[in-house]
Amino acid sequence: MLINFIQWSKKSLFSNWWNSLITLFCIYLLFSIIPPFINWAILDATFSGKLKTDCTAGGACWVFISVWFEKLMYGFYPVEHIWRINLSFIIFIGTIGFSFFVREKYKLYILFFLIFIFPVIAFILIRGGFGLTIVETREWGGLALTFILAIFGIILSFPLGVLLALGRRSELPVIKYFCICFIETWRGIPLLTVLFAAAVMFPLLLPSGTFVDKLLRVAIGIAIFESAYVAEVVRGGLQSLPRGQYDAAKSIGMGYWQMNFFVVLPQAIKTVIPGITNTFIALLKDTPLIYLVGMAEILGIVNMAKANPYWLGMAVEGYVFAAIIFGVVSFILSSYSQKLEKKFSTENK
Amino acid sequence: MKTNILKFFGSLALLFAFVISSVTANAGTKDDVTKKGSLNCGVSQGVPGFSNADASGKWTGIDVDMCRAVAAAVFGDANKVKYQPLSAKDRFEVLKSGQIDMLARNTTWTLSRDAGLALEFVGTNFYDGQGFIVRKAAKINSAKKLNNVKVCVETGTTTELNLRDYFKANNLKYEAVAFTKADEAVAAYDAGRCDVYTTDKSGLAAQRTKMKNPAEHTVLPETISKEPLGPVVRGDDQNWKDIASWSLYVMIEAEELGVSSKNIDSMKSTDNPNIKRLLGLEGDTGKSLGLAPEWAYNIIKQVGNYGEVYEKNVGANTPIGLARSGSPNQLWTKGGILYAPPVR
Repeated sequence: MLINFIQWSKKSLFSNWWNSLITLFCIYLLFSIIPPFINWAILDATFSGKLKTDCTAGGACWVFISVWFEKLMYGFYPVEHIWRINLSFIIFIGTIGFSFFVREKYKLYILFFLIFIFPVIAFILIRGGFGLTIVETREWGGLALTFILAIFGIILSFPLGVLLALGRRSELPVIKYFCICFIETWRGIPLLTVLFAAAVMFPLLLPSGTFVDKLLRVAIGIAIFESAYVAEVVRGGLQSLPRGQYDAAKSIGMGYWQMNFFVVLPQAIKTVIPGITNTFIALLKDTPLIYLVGMAEILGIVNMAKANPYWLGMAVEGYVFAAIIFGVVSFILSSYSQKLEKKFSTENK
Repeated sequence: MKTNILKFFGSLALLFAFVISSVTANAGTKDDVTKKGSLNCGVSQGVPGFSNADASGKWTGIDVDMCRAVAAAVFGDANKVKYQPLSAKDRFEVLKSGQIDMLARNTTWTLSRDAGLALEFVGTNFYDGQGFIVRKAAKINSAKKLNNVKVCVETGTTTELNLRDYFKANNLKYEAVAFTKADEAVAAYDAGRCDVYTTDKSGLAAQRTKMKNPAEHTVLPETISKEPLGPVVRGDDQNWKDIASWSLYVMIEAEELGVSSKNIDSMKSTDNPNIKRLLGLEGDTGKSLGLAPEWAYNIIKQVGNYGEVYEKNVGANTPIGLARSGSPNQLWTKGGILYAPPVR
């Protein structure tokens, strides 16, 4: 075992003088970063208490996170209604978990449920109506808002992106050039501009007295923005398919939609799963930008919490916490996509 | 066929009339607010002492109390406020588009904003200004003695421009060390990368609490810029502007007359006509504003006078600890510049 390790390290870490130098430098870096971080984050940290003054150990003050935990998760959502958010996410996670256990042919129904029915249920649960107290979107926030925006963005931008990708390769000039213009315009604008246009400029164009909810405007803006990126990723997949697939589908008498949905898209999307996952992780990480139009997802709540006079100076704890959350969620997304990739990979079997 | 076309145009006209009517239904802001049942007030996303939320979601701060005062004047209930956190970048547009009724977001009153944006500043609820903080060990007691120093500052703010103007005007040399975030600039100053840190004085006080040893630092007495912070309303509604202005003035007037939220009920038996007018016992000050006679009483009773609001949010006993005496935020009778026109 030990001899194996020595042999391995000789071969891969110390094979010549500059590899050795790089290895030593990396070891030095790890030693100078990790122990102080562990000291700060765990050994010297304070975990229990109610106030900033309870943090006397000199390390991280996790009391800050525990006191603000509810706000970090749910924003200003009324406490007595938080179960509604929880229920929505349980339904979402439950449906995805359930899909692992059902037979292949039912999965299409589950996908249909997730894309068309779940958003309606979740919207009614979280916003209210039909007997539930209305909670204005002004009060939504925290990690829940991050997820709401990300899930809404994914659910809306994926089908839209696929349609745009098909449209861009269409033989009908009107559709083709419309899609090209649409995609290139949205890809040419920074997300920040889209957010400002949706949150600030759009209401100025409406007659006064008419309102479209700000969160809805922003969410649609994000979804359309991302759909342009999804479209280009999917187009990459479409182009990678050999001409023969199209000809084969046509030769057995399939129409345009049949050909695309049963032959072309399943193969194309399979090859671009990593690209789509990339786009979705980017979408998740873009959501904190909404802070600049006055909405508070998890990072916004951190900023708000650290500005409370009784919690000044907690920026590092807050940012580290947010970083961990974003890291974990991105990791889950990417490992799920890797699983999908493995499952659908037919090439090397 | 012809009737069909007529019907079509008829319904189109109806639809158009409906859209127009929904536009003209937009009457005075006060009526809108009364109808909605709550005041939509734009605040910051967290500025210590001015507007910030606590872990239970409750908003406090000088600006928040301004919102509460207007709600108390209009509804007789200071709690009928919905807070809308806004970033520095979208605050004016959100106000202009009518999504909020007033903006109380530590906004500096300047000519270009007042005249250029079709907005109306209602007054000043906090006189801020840029200052410097240095280490006590440096033995600098005046900003005039700052020469050949390194200054930590945030980029892209008026703070940076004021800093340049000040050193140029006084023929002093400095080196700016710029950061994009206040937290970074403070951390750099605290770590010894700069001799001086500069921002608005209210900010200096709050930032000082983040330092490793706040007692080692001292704020220099000079104020190098004028930052009168105040609430803003749309410029198209004089009545609403008056309501906001006088909500602020009665808080200042109440302090001058010695009326506070604690003694206001015992003050009812006073003979002082000024106090009687303030409490709505003599003359009807609410009438010309379109408010109930006891509007000012409600503000003082529920929110407090200016002194109470100041001490509660940024005063010496808060973590921000801004001493009031000697600052401009003191009544004119005590050497400050707070001066309310007579409430009569």
